Amino acid sequence: MSDTITLNCLGNGSIALVKEVVAEGLTRRRLLDLGLVPGTKVEVIRRSPVGDPIAFNIRGAVIALRREVAGKVLVSPWG
Amino acid sequence: MAHKTLTPLLEEAQKIAGPHQGQFRDSIVTGIYRTAEQIAGDVVSHTSTKRQDLDRQIDNIITSPVWGFPVMFGVLAVVFWVTIAGANVPSGILATGLFWIEARLTDLFMALNTPGWLHGFLVLGVYRSLAWVISVMLPPMAIFFPLFTLLEDLGYLPRVAFNLDHFFHKAGAHGKQALTMSMGFGCNAAGIIACRIIESPRERLIATLTNNFVPCNGRFPTLIALVSIFIAGSVSLSLSSAVATLAVAGLVVFGIAVTLSISWLLSKTILRGEPSSFTLELPPYRKPLVGQVLVRSVLDRTIFVLSRAIVIAAPAGGLIWILANTTVGDASVLSILAGWLDPLARFMGLDGFILLAFILGLPANEIVLPILIMSYVCGGAMTELASLTDLRHLLVDQHGWTWLTALCTMVFSLCHWPCGTTLFTIQREQHNWRWTLLAAMIPTTVGVIICMLINNLVRAIGLV
Amino acid sequence: MGLTYQSTGQLTTREMFDAKSDNCDYIIALAGNPNTGKSTVFNALTGLRQHTGNWPGKTVQRAEGNYIYKSHRYRLIDLPGTYSLLSNSADEEVARDFICFARPDATIVVLDATCLERNLNLALQVMEITNKVVVCVNLIDEARRKKIQVDAAKLSERLGVPVVSTAARSNEGLPRLIELVSDVASKRVCPKPQPVSYSKDLEEAIARLEPRVRDVIGKDINPRWLTLRLLDGDTRLLQAIENHLNAGRTAPVVHGRRRDYSNGA
Ligand SMILES: Nc1nc2c(ncn2[C@@H]2O[C@H](COP(=O)(O)OP(=O)(O)OP(=O)(O)O)[C@@H](O)[C@H]2O)c(=O)[nH]1
Ligand SMILES: [Mg+2]
Repeated sequence: MSDTITLNCLGNGSIALVKEVVAEGLTRRRLLDLGLVPGTKVEVIRRSPVGDPIAFNIRGAVIALRREVAGKVLVSPWG
Repeated sequence: MAHKTLTPLLEEAQKIAGPHQGQFRDSIVTGIYRTAEQIAGDVVSHTSTKRQDLDRQIDNIITSPVWGFPVMFGVLAVVFWVTIAGANVPSGILATGLFWIEARLTDLFMALNTPGWLHGFLVLGVYRSLAWVISVMLPPMAIFFPLFTLLEDLGYLPRVAFNLDHFFHKAGAHGKQALTMSMGFGCNAAGIIACRIIESPRERLIATLTNNFVPCNGRFPTLIALVSIFIAGSVSLSLSSAVATLAVAGLVVFGIAVTLSISWLLSKTILRGEPSSFTLELPPYRKPLVGQVLVRSVLDRTIFVLSRAIVIAAPAGGLIWILANTTVGDASVLSILAGWLDPLARFMGLDGFILLAFILGLPANEIVLPILIMSYVCGGAMTELASLTDLRHLLVDQHGWTWLTALCTMVFSLCHWPCGTTLFTIQREQHNWRWTLLAAMIPTTVGVIICMLINNLVRAIGLV
Repeated sequence: MGLTYQSTGQLTTREMFDAKSDNCDYIIALAGNPNTGKSTVFNALTGLRQHTGNWPGKTVQRAEGNYIYKSHRYRLIDLPGTYSLLSNSADEEVARDFICFARPDATIVVLDATCLERNLNLALQVMEITNKVVVCVNLIDEARRKKIQVDAAKLSERLGVPVVSTAARSNEGLPRLIELVSDVASKRVCPKPQPVSYSKDLEEAIARLEPRVRDVIGKDINPRWLTLRLLDGDTRLLQAIENHLNAGRTAPVVHGRRRDYSNGA
C-alpha cells in the first residue's frame, strides 16, 4: 500500500481510497453514514472560493466537508 | 405494565462485543454499504457521464474564487431589481383602483346616510389599511416568490451555503445557517423551523437567534416601498430602479454582516463551543418546471401570506382609526401614545408614530407601513392618497421625513423584534422562554444602537 | 447508563404517533435520503402542496395527507430526508422515530435513480426494521438524461421487496406505486427482504445475542435490528427504543417530540 495522507491534503481532481476515519463520536458516525467506509473511492472536486470547505464526490453525490473534518479521514492516493 | 429496560441486554451486548464494540459499529456501516455497492453494481448501467460534467462546469463558475461572490451578489441584485422595477407599475395601478373603490364606498355610505363613525371605522380604518397592504405588499411578493422558488428548484441555495461556509465557520456557526437564512427571506418563522437541519444544538441556537436579520417577505416590501418613495423621487427615472436595487441589496448584505457579527459574538460569549462537523450535499442542478413554479408560488405562498396580512391588517386598521378618533383632552389617544415614544424615537432618527407602528406591527411585519400611513392619515387633513407620489408627499412634506428618517426606518425594520408568529415558533422549537426573549432582545438592541449611531453621526457631520 | 424512565401509563404507539389513525385504513410512511423527491411524491399522491426544493433538508417536519385507492383510505406521512437511521439531527430524528417505532402499514423508500448506491444504504437500513417496504426509484427522468439505466426488476429481486421506477414530477410510474403500496399494506404481498450479511465476527455476535433479545423484548421490535443496535451501542437510539417500549411515559424529551408531531402538518 502506498503512503497514507488525510483527505484535506489532496489537490483538486485527485482520487483516493479511504483507509480509516479517525474522528470520534457524532462526526465519525456522520462521515461513515455518508459512505466514507474503508475502501471507498473519493474524488476531490473543488474548494469553495476561500479554500474551505472542500467538495468531494463520495459514492455519486457531491458532499462538502470542512477542512478539519476532512482531516480526520485517512486515505491513500489512487491511480 | 412492567417497566421494560434494555440495560441488561446492553450489558450482555457489551460482554459479547468486548473490546470489539467500535469495530462492530464500523462493520455494520461497512456491511450495509458493501451490500449497497454490490446491488447497485448489478442493477445500474451507465453509458455516459456528460451531464455531470455540465453540472461541474456550472459550479466552476458559481463557486470559483474569482466569480463566486460577484455571481452571488449579482443574482441577489437581479432578483431585487426585477422585483422593484416590476412592482412599481402594478403597485400604482392597484392603489389607484383600490382608492377609487374607497371613494365609491364613501359615496355609498353617504347615500345610505350611515353615521360618520361607522364610515370612519369601516372605510377609513378597515378598508383603507387593507388597500394599503394589498397595493404595497402584493406586487413585490408576487414577483419575488416565484423568482426565489426558481433559484431554489434550480439548486442554487446549497452553492450559496458552500461559498459562505467559511465565514460562518469563522463566526463559530454552521454553514447550513446560510440555508436557514435563505428560508428566512420567505418567512422568519419558516427560517426558524428550518434550523432543525443544523445538528448541533449550539449552532442551531445561533442560527435561531440571528434569523431575524434577514428581511422576511413582510419587511421586504416595506423596504422596497421606502426605497422606491425616496429614491424614485430624488434621481432620474431611468436610474431609480437601479439605485433602489443597490440600496435594498446593500441593506440585505448589511443584514448578513450583522448576522455574522452577532453569531461570532454569541459563539464567543454565551454560546461558546467548538464548531461541529459540517457536511453539505450539493445536489445536481435540476431544471425547474417554470409554469408550475409560477402558479404554485403565486397561488400558494403569495395568497397565503397576503391573507394572513389581511386578517391582521383589517382589525389593526380599525384599531388605529379608533385610537386616532378617541380624544383625551384635546389630543387623540394615538398622538398621545406617539408623543410618549417621540423622544426616544427622535434620538433614533425616527418619530413617535414610526416607533408606534413597529410596536403595533408585532403580530405581523406586513402591517407596519400600512399602520404608519394610517396613523399619519387619520391624524392629518389629507384624504386623497392614491399613489407612491402622494405617499412621498405625506411623509416628506407633512411629516418632515428626510432620507435619514427613511434610512433609520429601514435599518430598524431590518433589526427589531421578530413578529409574533416567529417568537411563537422560537418558543415552540426551543422550549425555553429565555431564548425567546433573547431572540427579541438581540435584534432590538442592535437596531436601537445602530439607528442612534447613524442618526447622531449624520447630524453631527451636518449631512441633514 | 441512564436508560431508565418511569412508566406512567399505557398508550399504543399508533395513538402516540397519530391520534387520528382511526379514520383511515392504512398508514404509509415516505422515507428516503434528502432531496430524492419524497415531498413531490407526497404532493402527487395526496394533491397537497408540501413545499419542495432542490436542496437537502427542505422538509424538516412531518406532514400528513390522505388519498383513496379502491375505496380504501390511505394516510401518507411525508418525512424529512435522512442519510441513515443511525446518526441524528433534529429533523432526521423525526424520520427515524417514525420509521422505527410507528410501524406504518407500508414504508415507501424513495431513492434517487442517479445515485442509487448511496441511497440503497438507507433502503437496506429500513428493510432491517420492517419487511413492509416498497422501493420507489425516483428521478428516473433525470437518470435517463444522464444516460443511467436502473433495472427495476433485478433490483426488486436482489432486495426482496417490490420496486417501481418513477418520475414523480411528471406522474410517471405513480399509479403502479399506488398499486404496490396497496398490495403490501393489505398484506396481499408479503415482501421478504434479503438480510444484509455482515462480517463473520459480527454475525457470530448477532447469533449469540439475538435469542436473548427475542426472549426479553418479544416481537414488539424486529429482534435482529435491535440486536444490531445493542452491539452498536448508540445510547441515544437505545434510549429512544426504551422510551418506545415503555410508550406512554412522560419524559420531558418525549413531551417535546409529541408536541412536534401534533403540530407537524
Ligand atoms: N426532474 C425531476 N425532478 C424531480 C422529480 N421529483 C422531484 N423532483 C425535484 O427534486 C427536488 C427535490 O424534491 P423534494 O420533493 O423537495 O425532495 P424531498 O425528498 O422531499 O427532499 P427533503 O424534504 O429535503 O428530504 C425538487 O426541486 C423537485 O421539483 C422527478 O421525478 N423528476
Ligand atoms: Mg421533502
